[in-house]
Amino acid sequence: MDKAKRPETKMVPVPSTNLVPERDVDKLPVLEARNLGIEFGGLTALAGFNMAIGRTEIAGLIGPNGAGKTTVFNLLTKVYQPTHGTILLDGRDTNNMTTVQINKAGIARTFQNIRLFSNLSVEDNVKLGLHNNINYGMWNGILRLPAYWKGERRAHEQAMELLSIFDMQDLAGNRAGSLPYGAQRRLEIVRALATKPLLLLLDEPAAGMNPSETAELMENIVKIRDTLQIAIILIEHDMNLVMGICEGICVLNFGKIIAKGTPREIRNNPQVIEAYLGKKKEG
Amino acid sequence: MKIMRKASRSKVITYGLVAIAFIIVQLLISSGNISSSLQGQLVPICAYVVMAVSLNLTVGVLGELSLGHAGFMSVGAFTGVVACISLESIIPFTILRLTVSIIIGAFSAGVAGTLIGIPVLRLEGDYLAIVTLAFGEIIKNITNCLYVGVDKAGLHVNFLTDATSLNLSEGGRVIIDGPMGISGITKLSTFAMGFALIMVTLFIVLNLIDSRSGRAIMALRDNRIAAESVGIHVTKYKLMAFATSAALAGAAGALYAMNYSTIIASKFGFNTSILILVFVVLGGLGNIRGSIIAATVLTILPEMLRQFNNYRMVIYAIVLVLIMLATNDDNLKGFLSNLRNRLLPSNLRKGKKGAENG
Ligand SMILES: Nc1ncnc2c1ncn2[C@@H]1O[C@H](COP(=O)(O)OP(=O)(O)OP(=O)(O)O)[C@@H](O)[C@H]1O
Ligand SMILES: [Mg+2]
Repeated sequence: MDKAKRPETKMVPVPSTNLVPERDVDKLPVLEARNLGIEFGGLTALAGFNMAIGRTEIAGLIGPNGAGKTTVFNLLTKVYQPTHGTILLDGRDTNNMTTVQINKAGIARTFQNIRLFSNLSVEDNVKLGLHNNINYGMWNGILRLPAYWKGERRAHEQAMELLSIFDMQDLAGNRAGSLPYGAQRRLEIVRALATKPLLLLLDEPAAGMNPSETAELMENIVKIRDTLQIAIILIEHDMNLVMGICEGICVLNFGKIIAKGTPREIRNNPQVIEAYLGKKKEG
Repeated sequence: MKIMRKASRSKVITYGLVAIAFIIVQLLISSGNISSSLQGQLVPICAYVVMAVSLNLTVGVLGELSLGHAGFMSVGAFTGVVACISLESIIPFTILRLTVSIIIGAFSAGVAGTLIGIPVLRLEGDYLAIVTLAFGEIIKNITNCLYVGVDKAGLHVNFLTDATSLNLSEGGRVIIDGPMGISGITKLSTFAMGFALIMVTLFIVLNLIDSRSGRAIMALRDNRIAAESVGIHVTKYKLMAFATSAALAGAAGALYAMNYSTIIASKFGFNTSILILVFVVLGGLGNIRGSIIAATVLTILPEMLRQFNNYRMVIYAIVLVLIMLATNDDNLKGFLSNLRNRLLPSNLRKGKKGAENG
């Protein structure tokens, strides 16, 4: 993606030292994390994490290995319950919500180590993402009542439409586990989108992809945001991708935020450079 | 669309296989070409097929290990027979009475499955295996101490005493007599009824698997964390699979019990649970057709091997190992399909392919 083509978003501060894109500032942030933290035994994996995400923002979460990035996603989706802080989703406190409730409330995610339903078909994986949007009960299914046929037809149509985001309709009948790595990552995104989220969390979506696949993925992430008008947070080690499409970036190191800002600000931030490259030696 | 067609074609093959087997056996019976010992095995075979298919729902489709499936069979057997005897005067028409009794057996076992499942299925790991193992033994021991009788006033139930303390009025009848179980059962189960129960079981299980709920159940098996992340309620779908599996085992139990004049609790012990599990594992986890074949073959086999008397169990064991290889070993599976391709005339194969595409 050519950087020159995409003008940098103007970021404006909102209360609690957070930044959101100027176009989203009049609307409620889709997500607000306040003083979020978790300890595993004695280890503080994350502390004092503050973040606000605009409703149509593409945000980046970066940092060295073990910085606590995936932990943030696990807290937001309640895989772990935070030991400190609050998470507001669309203005609603998510205290005591479960992973299932969080998904129904509007957060969908992908996983750093791919988690597909690998013995099921590609289409079934997407239909599972549609699970709560196309509702018919067990007996409707067993007895093949009209609700079953109607539901399955709608599920099939919507699954195909979602797969077309990444031109994957032809793969619908394949076993998900048999897909090449890059296609598995794309299928995970499609499955997450099928749950009709307000906020999509992508954990290293370009990991294992070749440069041309990555470039295509960048285009598609922006396209998804533009067409669906949702917010996206992505964790990524590929700096071209992060700097190319993220509007706000948050840098973590040892479980703490060390910098926040636009791509340009982050690129020139000495603390960030130090975290990535190590401290410059004197003399 | 392709997947849908594939799924429904596979279903038709399974139904067809069972129907053809039924017709062949009926022909053999009417022409008198079937040994009386095998004829006596027909209803038990049907019951074991239903047991295997239903256990496959828990073990193969849901991916949870259950070691007490015979416990649910027992619940279904005893409640079914008690219902059948109590309803004798109310429903004189025997097929209807048998059907109602099977449904009551299924319902009770389903309730038992739900009661066990609610606390246990919330837990992760091997708890279900341990609890179901205990459940099977507990049911056996409870039934051994249970006394049930019926008279004009209705059902009398007593625990840990004896039959006389049921205080039945004149004309009353003891149904469950503690460790003696139930005796004097009118044999209502028929091969046709067994066939019908298999078909109903297949209809329920195959349609469930190929629907929204079944997809959710398989998603839990493949990746629980991912399933939760797309909003699938783990306990709900685990319970759905487990209770359905238990209810079908209850139906099989009722069918089985009403094939004998006497039934005792120890018939449904740990050995039976393991036997059913062997059917499922040998037939292939998640492979419903495999369960049907394994249950049938392995129930008939010991009878067929009687002529080898001393070597009987050795041959049985060898056959078990061979089936396991044939159904679960990829190399052997590949070899068999190669063999099939070579043996089948090529025009037949082409015709088959054409039908697949059409
Ligand atoms: N369940 C857990 N129990 C104990 N420690 C954990 C757990 N999950 C994460 N951690 C620790 O928390 C820290 C942050 O881990 P996390 O996976 O969030 O890093 P990350 O930034 O995603 O790294 P990477 O770039 O390698 O994916 C690590 O030190 C990790 O060992
Ligand atoms: Mg990570």
